[in-house]
Amino acid sequence: MSSKKLLSEFTKGIIKENPVLILMVGLCSVLAVSTEAKNAIGMGSAMTFVLLGSNILVSFLRNSIPGKVRIPVFLIIIGSFTTIVDLVMNAYAPAVHKNLGIFIPLIVVNCIIIARAEAFAAKKPVLDSIIDALGMGFGYTLVLFIIAAIREISGNGTFFGVKLFTGFNPVLIMMLPPGAFITIGLMMALLRKIRK
Amino acid sequence: MKEMLLLLLSTIFVNNFVFARFLGTCPYMGVSKKISDSIGMGLAVIFVLLMASVFSWFLQYAVLNPLHIEYLQTIVFILVIAALVQFVEMVLLKTSPALYKALGIYLPLISTNCIILAVAILNIRENYNLIKTVVFTVGAGLGFTLALILMSSIRERLELADIPKALEGEPVAFIIAGLIAIAFFGFSGMM
Repeated sequence: MSSKKLLSEFTKGIIKENPVLILMVGLCSVLAVSTEAKNAIGMGSAMTFVLLGSNILVSFLRNSIPGKVRIPVFLIIIGSFTTIVDLVMNAYAPAVHKNLGIFIPLIVVNCIIIARAEAFAAKKPVLDSIIDALGMGFGYTLVLFIIAAIREISGNGTFFGVKLFTGFNPVLIMMLPPGAFITIGLMMALLRKIRK
Repeated sequence: MKEMLLLLLSTIFVNNFVFARFLGTCPYMGVSKKISDSIGMGLAVIFVLLMASVFSWFLQYAVLNPLHIEYLQTIVFILVIAALVQFVEMVLLKTSPALYKALGIYLPLISTNCIILAVAILNIRENYNLIKTVVFTVGAGLGFTLALILMSSIRERLELADIPKALEGEPVAFIIAGLIAIAFFGFSGMM
Protein backbone atom coordinates (compact mmCIF):
# COMPACT_ATOMS: atom_id res chain seq x y z
CA MET A 1 0.00 0.00 0.00
CA SER A 2 1.21 3.49 -0.79
CA SER A 3 2.56 5.66 1.96
CA LYS A 4 0.05 8.37 1.09
CA LYS A 5 -2.87 6.06 1.93
CA LEU A 6 -1.21 5.12 5.20
CA LEU A 7 -0.76 8.76 6.08
CA SER A 8 -4.43 9.43 5.49
CA GLU A 9 -5.33 6.46 7.73
CA PHE A 10 -3.27 8.12 10.43
CA THR A 11 -4.50 11.68 10.05
CA LYS A 12 -8.20 10.78 9.89
CA GLY A 13 -8.14 10.05 13.61
CA ILE A 14 -6.92 13.54 14.38
CA ILE A 15 -9.59 15.73 12.80
CA LYS A 16 -11.96 14.09 10.32
CA GLU A 17 -12.89 11.11 12.51
CA ASN A 18 -11.62 12.35 15.84
CA PRO A 19 -12.90 9.76 18.32
CA VAL A 20 -13.83 12.28 21.00
CA LEU A 21 -15.04 15.42 19.27
CA ILE A 22 -16.59 13.95 16.10
CA LEU A 23 -17.46 10.31 16.80
CA MET A 24 -18.23 11.21 20.44
CA VAL A 25 -17.02 7.97 21.97
CA GLY A 26 -14.87 7.53 25.06
CA LEU A 27 -16.23 10.68 26.66
CA CYS A 28 -16.26 9.49 30.27
CA SER A 29 -12.52 9.20 30.64
CA VAL A 30 -11.89 12.46 28.77
CA LEU A 31 -14.15 14.38 31.12
CA ALA A 32 -12.90 12.69 34.25
CA VAL A 33 -9.12 12.70 33.95
CA SER A 34 -8.65 16.05 32.20
CA THR A 35 -7.87 17.97 35.39
CA GLU A 36 -4.11 17.98 34.87
CA ALA A 37 -1.92 17.81 31.77
CA LYS A 38 0.13 15.04 33.42
CA ASN A 39 -2.95 12.82 33.85
CA ALA A 40 -3.90 13.45 30.24
CA ILE A 41 -0.57 12.13 29.00
CA GLY A 42 -0.83 9.09 31.29
CA MET A 43 -4.37 8.26 30.22
CA GLY A 44 -3.60 8.95 26.55
CA SER A 45 -0.65 6.59 26.50
CA ALA A 46 -2.54 3.86 28.38
CA MET A 47 -5.37 4.16 25.89
CA THR A 48 -3.06 4.17 22.85
CA PHE A 49 -1.27 1.08 24.13
CA VAL A 50 -4.48 -0.90 24.61
CA LEU A 51 -5.82 0.32 21.26
CA LEU A 52 -2.60 -0.69 19.48
CA GLY A 53 -2.37 -4.08 21.17
CA SER A 54 -5.99 -5.02 20.56
CA ASN A 55 -5.98 -3.77 16.96
CA ILE A 56 -2.86 -5.81 16.14
CA LEU A 57 -4.15 -8.99 17.76
CA VAL A 58 -7.67 -8.71 16.36
CA SER A 59 -6.27 -8.06 12.90
CA PHE A 60 -3.94 -11.09 13.17
CA LEU A 61 -6.77 -13.35 14.27
CA ARG A 62 -9.45 -11.85 12.03
CA ASN A 63 -9.76 -14.94 9.84
CA SER A 64 -9.82 -17.42 12.69
CA ILE A 65 -12.36 -15.75 15.02
CA PRO A 66 -15.84 -17.15 14.35
CA GLY A 67 -18.30 -14.36 13.63
CA LYS A 68 -20.80 -15.34 16.30
CA VAL A 69 -18.45 -15.14 19.26
CA ARG A 70 -16.36 -12.23 18.03
CA ILE A 71 -17.56 -9.73 20.65
CA PRO A 72 -16.61 -11.91 23.68
CA VAL A 73 -13.26 -12.64 22.00
CA PHE A 74 -12.65 -8.92 21.47
CA LEU A 75 -13.54 -8.30 25.11
CA ILE A 76 -11.01 -10.89 26.31
CA ILE A 77 -8.28 -9.42 24.11
CA ILE A 78 -9.02 -5.85 25.22
CA GLY A 79 -9.40 -6.94 28.84
CA SER A 80 -5.99 -8.61 28.79
CA PHE A 81 -4.25 -5.51 27.46
CA THR A 82 -6.12 -3.35 29.97
CA THR A 83 -4.94 -5.59 32.79
CA ILE A 84 -1.35 -5.31 31.52
CA VAL A 85 -1.57 -1.50 31.52
CA ASP A 86 -3.18 -1.52 34.96
CA LEU A 87 -0.43 -3.65 36.50
CA VAL A 88 2.46 -1.91 34.73
CA MET A 89 1.22 1.58 35.65
CA ASN A 90 0.65 0.53 39.24
CA ALA A 91 4.27 -0.64 39.40
CA TYR A 92 6.10 2.15 37.56
CA ALA A 93 3.86 5.24 37.80
CA PRO A 94 1.89 4.79 41.04
CA ALA A 95 1.06 8.52 41.36
CA VAL A 96 -0.56 8.74 37.92
CA HIS A 97 -2.21 5.35 38.46
CA LYS A 98 -3.80 6.64 41.64
CA ASN A 99 -5.05 9.83 39.93
CA LEU A 100 -6.61 7.90 37.07
CA GLY A 101 -8.18 5.46 39.52
CA ILE A 102 -11.10 3.49 38.20
CA PHE A 103 -10.72 4.85 34.68
CA ILE A 104 -7.83 2.48 33.97
CA PRO A 105 -9.90 -0.73 34.29
CA LEU A 106 -12.72 1.12 32.53
CA ILE A 107 -10.58 1.32 29.37
CA VAL A 108 -12.03 -2.13 28.65
CA VAL A 109 -15.53 -0.70 28.13
CA ASN A 110 -14.30 2.35 26.28
CA CYS A 111 -16.29 2.38 23.08
CA ILE A 112 -13.31 3.67 21.03
CA ILE A 113 -11.44 0.40 21.35
CA ILE A 114 -14.25 -2.03 20.68
CA ALA A 115 -15.47 0.18 17.84
CA ARG A 116 -12.04 0.14 16.18
CA ALA A 117 -11.73 -3.63 16.67
CA GLU A 118 -15.16 -4.26 15.18
CA ALA A 119 -15.21 -1.66 12.44
CA PHE A 120 -11.58 -1.64 11.36
CA ALA A 121 -9.17 -4.26 12.68
CA ALA A 122 -11.53 -7.18 12.04
CA LYS A 123 -11.55 -6.34 8.33
CA LYS A 124 -8.18 -4.86 7.49
CA PRO A 125 -4.56 -6.18 7.40
CA VAL A 126 -2.20 -5.71 10.33
CA LEU A 127 -0.26 -2.70 9.03
CA ASP A 128 -3.41 -0.66 8.39
CA SER A 129 -4.71 -1.57 11.84
CA ILE A 130 -1.49 -0.40 13.48
CA ILE A 131 -1.69 2.96 11.69
CA ASP A 132 -5.38 3.27 12.53
CA ALA A 133 -4.72 2.57 16.21
CA LEU A 134 -1.89 5.10 16.32
CA GLY A 135 -4.01 7.77 14.62
CA MET A 136 -7.03 7.20 16.87
CA GLY A 137 -4.83 7.05 19.96
CA PHE A 138 -3.10 10.26 18.97
CA GLY A 139 -6.41 12.00 18.25
CA TYR A 140 -7.76 10.94 21.62
CA THR A 141 -4.62 11.99 23.49
CA LEU A 142 -4.48 15.33 21.69
CA VAL A 143 -8.05 16.29 22.62
CA LEU A 144 -7.54 15.05 26.16
CA PHE A 145 -4.33 17.05 26.44
CA ILE A 146 -5.84 20.28 25.10
CA ILE A 147 -8.84 20.04 27.46
CA ALA A 148 -6.56 19.22 30.38
CA ALA A 149 -4.25 22.12 29.54
CA ILE A 150 -7.17 24.57 29.36
CA ARG A 151 -8.58 23.31 32.64
CA GLU A 152 -5.29 23.17 34.50
CA ILE A 153 -4.13 26.62 33.38
CA SER A 154 -7.45 28.39 33.98
CA GLY A 155 -8.53 26.43 37.01
CA ASN A 156 -5.29 26.11 38.89
CA GLY A 157 -2.87 28.55 37.22
CA THR A 158 -0.36 25.75 36.62
CA PHE A 159 0.85 23.67 33.69
CA PHE A 160 2.35 20.22 34.38
CA GLY A 161 2.32 21.34 38.01
CA VAL A 162 4.50 24.43 37.31
CA LYS A 163 3.04 27.73 38.48
CA LEU A 164 2.58 30.07 35.52
CA PHE A 165 1.39 33.42 36.82
CA THR A 166 1.74 35.52 39.92
CA GLY A 167 -1.28 37.35 41.27
CA PHE A 168 -3.64 35.17 39.21
CA ASN A 169 -6.94 34.21 40.71
CA PRO A 170 -7.77 30.73 39.36
CA VAL A 171 -11.28 29.95 38.16
CA LEU A 172 -11.90 27.06 40.50
CA ILE A 173 -15.00 25.86 38.64
CA MET A 174 -12.81 24.80 35.70
CA MET A 175 -11.14 22.15 37.84
CA LEU A 176 -14.49 20.84 39.04
CA PRO A 177 -16.81 18.61 36.95
CA PRO A 178 -18.84 21.51 35.42
CA GLY A 179 -15.65 22.93 33.89
CA ALA A 180 -15.08 19.65 32.04
CA PHE A 181 -18.55 19.62 30.49
CA ILE A 182 -18.41 23.26 29.46
CA THR A 183 -14.89 23.04 27.99
CA ILE A 184 -15.68 20.00 25.85
CA GLY A 185 -18.96 21.56 24.68
CA LEU A 186 -17.19 24.73 23.56
CA MET A 187 -14.44 22.70 21.84
CA MET A 188 -16.99 20.70 19.87
CA ALA A 189 -18.72 23.91 18.80
CA LEU A 190 -15.40 25.43 17.76
CA LEU A 191 -14.44 22.39 15.67
CA ARG A 192 -17.82 22.49 13.91
CA LYS A 193 -17.37 26.17 13.15
CA ILE A 194 -13.92 25.53 11.68
CA ARG A 195 -15.05 22.56 9.58
CA LYS A 196 -17.89 24.49 7.96
CA MET B 1 -30.31 2.27 58.80
CA LYS B 2 -29.30 5.93 58.91
CA GLU B 3 -25.97 5.04 57.38
CA MET B 4 -27.68 3.25 54.49
CA LEU B 5 -30.00 6.19 53.83
CA LEU B 6 -27.03 8.53 53.83
CA LEU B 7 -25.16 6.30 51.39
CA LEU B 8 -28.20 6.16 49.12
CA LEU B 9 -28.78 9.92 49.11
CA SER B 10 -25.13 10.78 48.67
CA THR B 11 -24.83 8.39 45.72
CA ILE B 12 -27.88 9.88 44.04
CA PHE B 13 -27.18 13.56 44.63
CA VAL B 14 -23.73 14.45 45.96
CA ASN B 15 -21.69 11.90 44.04
CA ASN B 16 -24.10 11.66 41.13
CA PHE B 17 -22.64 9.19 38.65
CA VAL B 18 -23.01 11.45 35.65
CA PHE B 19 -22.33 14.90 37.09
CA ALA B 20 -19.67 14.19 39.70
CA ARG B 21 -18.05 10.93 38.59
CA PHE B 22 -18.46 11.20 34.79
CA LEU B 23 -19.63 7.63 34.37
CA GLY B 24 -22.10 6.71 31.66
CA THR B 25 -21.57 9.93 29.71
CA CYS B 26 -21.91 8.26 26.30
CA PRO B 27 -25.45 6.88 26.76
CA TYR B 28 -26.24 10.04 28.72
CA MET B 29 -25.61 12.11 25.60
CA GLY B 30 -26.96 9.50 23.19
CA VAL B 31 -30.34 8.59 24.73
CA SER B 32 -31.33 11.88 26.34
CA LYS B 33 -33.31 13.29 23.45
CA LYS B 34 -36.78 12.12 24.54
CA ILE B 35 -38.22 11.73 28.04
CA SER B 36 -39.81 8.33 27.28
CA ASP B 37 -36.48 6.97 26.01
CA SER B 38 -34.63 8.18 29.05
CA ILE B 39 -37.09 6.55 31.45
CA GLY B 40 -36.78 3.24 29.56
CA MET B 41 -33.01 3.44 29.52
CA GLY B 42 -32.89 4.36 33.21
CA LEU B 43 -35.05 1.40 34.22
CA ALA B 44 -33.02 -0.98 32.08
CA VAL B 45 -29.80 0.31 33.66
CA ILE B 46 -31.13 -0.10 37.23
CA PHE B 47 -32.29 -3.63 36.42
CA VAL B 48 -29.01 -4.80 34.88
CA LEU B 49 -26.92 -2.89 37.44
CA LEU B 50 -28.53 -4.70 40.35
CA MET B 51 -28.03 -8.12 38.83
CA ALA B 52 -24.49 -7.39 37.67
CA SER B 53 -23.20 -5.94 40.91
CA VAL B 54 -24.69 -8.62 43.17
CA PHE B 55 -23.41 -11.32 40.84
CA SER B 56 -19.92 -9.81 40.57
CA TRP B 57 -19.81 -9.30 44.35
CA PHE B 58 -20.33 -13.03 44.88
CA LEU B 59 -17.86 -13.81 42.12
CA GLN B 60 -15.17 -11.69 43.76
CA TYR B 61 -15.58 -13.12 47.26
CA ALA B 62 -16.41 -16.71 46.31
CA VAL B 63 -14.12 -17.27 43.35
CA LEU B 64 -11.48 -14.62 42.71
CA ASN B 65 -10.33 -14.04 46.30
CA PRO B 66 -10.12 -17.71 47.42
CA LEU B 67 -8.17 -18.60 44.27
CA HIS B 68 -5.92 -15.49 44.57
CA ILE B 69 -6.59 -14.38 41.03
CA GLU B 70 -7.77 -10.86 41.85
CA TYR B 71 -5.82 -9.46 38.90
CA LEU B 72 -8.29 -11.15 36.55
CA GLN B 73 -11.06 -8.92 37.93
CA THR B 74 -11.39 -6.69 34.87
CA ILE B 75 -11.59 -9.54 32.37
CA VAL B 76 -13.92 -11.68 34.48
CA PHE B 77 -16.31 -8.85 35.31
CA ILE B 78 -16.64 -7.57 31.75
CA LEU B 79 -17.32 -11.04 30.40
CA VAL B 80 -19.87 -11.75 33.13
CA ILE B 81 -21.63 -8.45 32.44
CA ALA B 82 -21.71 -9.04 28.68
CA ALA B 83 -23.07 -12.55 29.21
CA LEU B 84 -25.58 -11.32 31.79
CA VAL B 85 -26.96 -8.67 29.44
CA GLN B 86 -27.41 -11.28 26.72
CA PHE B 87 -29.07 -13.61 29.20
CA VAL B 88 -31.44 -10.93 30.51
CA GLU B 89 -32.38 -10.09 26.95
CA MET B 90 -33.22 -13.73 26.15
CA VAL B 91 -35.16 -14.29 29.37
CA LEU B 92 -37.18 -11.11 28.88
CA LEU B 93 -37.98 -12.07 25.31
CA LYS B 94 -39.33 -15.48 26.38
CA THR B 95 -41.09 -14.57 29.61
CA SER B 96 -42.29 -11.00 29.38
CA PRO B 97 -42.73 -9.60 25.88
CA ALA B 98 -44.22 -6.39 27.29
CA LEU B 99 -41.17 -5.67 29.42
CA TYR B 100 -38.93 -6.70 26.54
CA LYS B 101 -40.67 -4.23 24.30
CA ALA B 102 -40.10 -1.47 26.85
CA LEU B 103 -36.48 -2.25 27.75
CA GLY B 104 -35.28 -4.52 24.95
CA ILE B 105 -33.77 -1.96 22.63
CA TYR B 106 -31.73 -0.42 25.45
CA LEU B 107 -30.17 -3.69 26.59
CA PRO B 108 -27.50 -4.04 23.87
CA LEU B 109 -26.46 -0.46 24.58
CA ILE B 110 -25.97 -1.28 28.24
CA SER B 111 -23.15 -3.79 27.89
CA THR B 112 -20.88 -0.97 26.78
CA ASN B 113 -22.16 1.37 29.48
CA CYS B 114 -19.26 1.99 31.80
CA ILE B 115 -21.58 2.52 34.80
CA ILE B 116 -22.20 -1.22 35.09
CA LEU B 117 -18.54 -2.21 35.26
CA ALA B 118 -17.66 0.84 37.35
CA VAL B 119 -20.24 0.05 40.03
CA ALA B 120 -19.14 -3.59 40.12
CA ILE B 121 -15.50 -2.54 40.62
CA LEU B 122 -16.29 0.29 43.06
CA ASN B 123 -18.26 -2.10 45.29
CA ILE B 124 -15.13 -4.21 45.67
CA ARG B 125 -12.71 -1.27 46.01
CA GLU B 126 -14.81 0.34 48.75
CA ASN B 127 -15.08 -3.00 50.59
CA TYR B 128 -18.88 -2.80 50.71
CA ASN B 129 -20.78 -5.71 52.23
CA LEU B 130 -23.71 -7.17 50.34
CA ILE B 131 -26.34 -4.80 51.77
CA LYS B 132 -24.21 -1.73 51.10
CA THR B 133 -23.53 -3.04 47.60
CA VAL B 134 -27.27 -3.19 46.89
CA VAL B 135 -27.86 0.29 48.35
CA PHE B 136 -24.94 1.81 46.44
CA THR B 137 -26.08 0.14 43.22
CA VAL B 138 -29.65 1.36 43.53
CA GLY B 139 -28.36 4.86 44.28
CA ALA B 140 -26.11 4.77 41.23
CA GLY B 141 -28.97 3.67 38.99
CA LEU B 142 -31.41 6.23 40.38
CA GLY B 143 -28.83 9.00 40.05
CA PHE B 144 -28.20 8.07 36.42
CA THR B 145 -31.94 7.95 35.69
CA LEU B 146 -32.47 11.31 37.38
CA ALA B 147 -29.70 12.85 35.28
CA LEU B 148 -31.16 11.38 32.09
CA ILE B 149 -34.68 12.62 32.82
CA LEU B 150 -33.48 16.12 33.74
CA MET B 151 -31.42 16.33 30.58
CA SER B 152 -34.09 15.00 28.24
CA SER B 153 -36.72 17.39 29.64
CA ILE B 154 -34.42 20.29 28.82
CA ARG B 155 -33.44 18.92 25.42
CA GLU B 156 -37.05 18.48 24.34
CA ARG B 157 -37.55 22.20 24.81
CA LEU B 158 -34.21 22.99 23.26
CA GLU B 159 -35.44 21.59 19.95
CA LEU B 160 -37.58 24.70 19.61
CA ALA B 161 -35.02 27.18 20.84
CA ASP B 162 -33.03 29.43 18.57
CA ILE B 163 -29.37 28.63 19.26
CA PRO B 164 -26.22 29.33 17.19
CA LYS B 165 -25.67 26.76 14.43
CA ALA B 166 -22.31 25.54 15.71
CA LEU B 167 -23.73 24.84 19.16
CA GLU B 168 -26.76 22.84 18.00
CA GLY B 169 -27.12 19.28 19.29
CA GLU B 170 -24.33 17.90 21.42
CA PRO B 171 -22.21 20.99 22.17
CA VAL B 172 -25.09 22.83 23.83
CA ALA B 173 -26.08 19.60 25.62
CA PHE B 174 -22.61 19.48 27.18
CA ILE B 175 -22.79 23.08 28.30
CA ILE B 176 -26.20 22.40 29.86
CA ALA B 177 -24.77 19.33 31.58
CA GLY B 178 -22.11 21.65 33.02
CA LEU B 179 -24.77 24.01 34.34
CA ILE B 180 -26.75 21.14 35.89
CA ALA B 181 -23.51 19.91 37.47
CA ILE B 182 -23.05 23.34 39.06
CA ALA B 183 -26.58 23.09 40.45
CA PHE B 184 -25.79 19.63 41.84
CA PHE B 185 -22.93 21.14 43.82
CA GLY B 186 -25.60 22.63 46.04
CA PHE B 187 -26.28 19.14 47.37
CA SER B 188 -22.77 18.67 48.67
CA GLY B 189 -23.51 21.21 51.39
CA MET B 190 -26.36 19.01 52.58
CA MET B 191 -24.22 16.08 53.69
